[in-house]
Amino acid sequence: MDENVTPIKGTSLWRDAWKRLLKNRLAVFGLVMLTFIALFVIFGPLVLYWTTGITADEIPANGDLIKSFPPSRLHWMGTDEAGRDLFARVLQGGRISLMVGIISTIVSLVVGVSYGAIAGFLGGRIDNVMMRIVDMIYAIPYILIVIVLLSVFGGQNTPAWIKYLSETIGGSGNQGLSQIFLLFFALGLVSWLTMARVVRGQVLSLKNQEFVMAARATGVSTFGIIFRHLVPNTLGPVIVYATLTVPSVMLTEAFLSYLGLGVQAPFASWGSLAADGVKNIAIFPWQLLFPGLTMALTLFSLNFLGDGLRDALDPQTRKF
Amino acid sequence: MLSFILRRLLIIIPMALLVVTLTWVLIRIAPGNFYSSEKKLPPAIEENIKKKYGLDKPWYQQYGLMIYNVVRLDFGDSLKYQGQSVNEIIWRHLPYSATIGLLAYVLALVFGLTFGIIAALKQNSLWDYGSMALAMLGLSVPNFVLGPILVLGFALGIYWFPPARWGTVANLVLPVITLSAIYAAYIARLTRAGMLEVMRSDYIRTARAKGLDEKTVLLKHALRGGIIPVVSFTGPALAALLAGTVVVERVFAIPGLGNIFIQSVLNRDEPLTLGIVAFLSILIMVFNLIVDISYGFLDPRIRYD
Repeated sequence: MDENVTPIKGTSLWRDAWKRLLKNRLAVFGLVMLTFIALFVIFGPLVLYWTTGITADEIPANGDLIKSFPPSRLHWMGTDEAGRDLFARVLQGGRISLMVGIISTIVSLVVGVSYGAIAGFLGGRIDNVMMRIVDMIYAIPYILIVIVLLSVFGGQNTPAWIKYLSETIGGSGNQGLSQIFLLFFALGLVSWLTMARVVRGQVLSLKNQEFVMAARATGVSTFGIIFRHLVPNTLGPVIVYATLTVPSVMLTEAFLSYLGLGVQAPFASWGSLAADGVKNIAIFPWQLLFPGLTMALTLFSLNFLGDGLRDALDPQTRKF
Repeated sequence: MLSFILRRLLIIIPMALLVVTLTWVLIRIAPGNFYSSEKKLPPAIEENIKKKYGLDKPWYQQYGLMIYNVVRLDFGDSLKYQGQSVNEIIWRHLPYSATIGLLAYVLALVFGLTFGIIAALKQNSLWDYGSMALAMLGLSVPNFVLGPILVLGFALGIYWFPPARWGTVANLVLPVITLSAIYAAYIARLTRAGMLEVMRSDYIRTARAKGLDEKTVLLKHALRGGIIPVVSFTGPALAALLAGTVVVERVFAIPGLGNIFIQSVLNRDEPLTLGIVAFLSILIMVFNLIVDISYGFLDPRIRYD
């Protein structure tokens, strides 16, 4: 027997996609950059804790109260209005900004995928009504929905499971933190609409294929067909769309924080830090530039990764 | 064609009423109201306020009155700005938003189409990568960061343009650039994708086979089909731009409609919120209709039924 013959290895869809992704230099750049930022944001505050606040030798001798210092060797990004080290604040803010991206996207995934899959599979009049509802919610300014959700479920009315979640992930039963988690959910609840449309379209094209008929013939329940057989097959477009949802919810959070409706002190997100920085732009420009550029870099990487994933997972619609 | 337009115009009315209804429900679900503040009002005064604004009536009468007002397109007086009608407020602030919105859209179209077409024609060249990286940058820099950076550079660094407020043409430059950046980026990406797809299609091969010169093929044949995604994006984008974008209004101190809307929601100024929502939803639907009609001119293969 010829020993040079190597057995043909089957490649899965995912392995293929991964290979194509690695060939896309911009997507790899995005992935590396994101990993780097995430590691910094997760572990940075543990290392840099001591730089928070001003040190004695920097307090101005003449007793004036300006606490904003430009970037120096001690404070790489300078200090904010209250004299806190901006680098430490940006890392802290990154935790909340990245959590917005992850949690809100998961919420929008869960709602959007189930809504779209159910509408698409049931079809007919139910589908029609469900999708008209989506159209209607599209037409209502999302900011109105977010404000209503925040005021209905804010303060004393916060559901217990949100408080529980913020305690488990955030590590303290802080009232302010549970409000931020409420914001994550509110953002997720306004960004599922396009996801629902994408999934519905996929399910419509899948539901008449043989494997669905086979499942039905073997007596799988409607619920089982939708969530066991159809939803896993929509995963490609869903992942692609989810990576594009992450930057968009992060931008929305920043926008809300800029309006004073989002994350508030003592907590910080990149959006709220940049919003604080805008006020002092003429005198202390670094207070806007560092959080703003960190956020822009993150979104830049996410968008590149999202584009790369789309090309990798969906070679047909690949734009050459 | 005419019946298609008429049918679509008629659908706008119930759709707008439904949107307004949902908004009304949302406003009513939220706790609190326009007259309550930190201090608790004496019950007698609260009762009088309720009576004055018809809040003592059963909910279906209040709802009926609201719908009646919306149908007449007369939303009554604002609760916060005493003695000013909602229509007056909308028409007073719309021109500011509409001016910068329209200019920003024109600018976005010029830049987006140019870069998108160049990127598609010189695919995988430095031009392509350059324009797409620029577009990605436009998508990634939040406008409340871009605006102040432009102010810092062009208004406070070199004194080319005023940093804020309304007045001369020079005042418009920075807000329009800030507003158009993200739209230009979107349009460039959509144009590139659309053009690349069209360039492979059969009718372009036919046009080339007929011996048409490359310029005619591109501008008369490919561009029309290639910008269909851009046209679809135009409807909602234009409506959003005309309605004002809060951030740019705040950064440049422009008295536009976006800020008025946010304030009305925060103030629980129900008539004003409903008025702006109704106005916006009608605007979006009319623009979408215009977009749908224009498909037929761009792509002769599209038919209306």
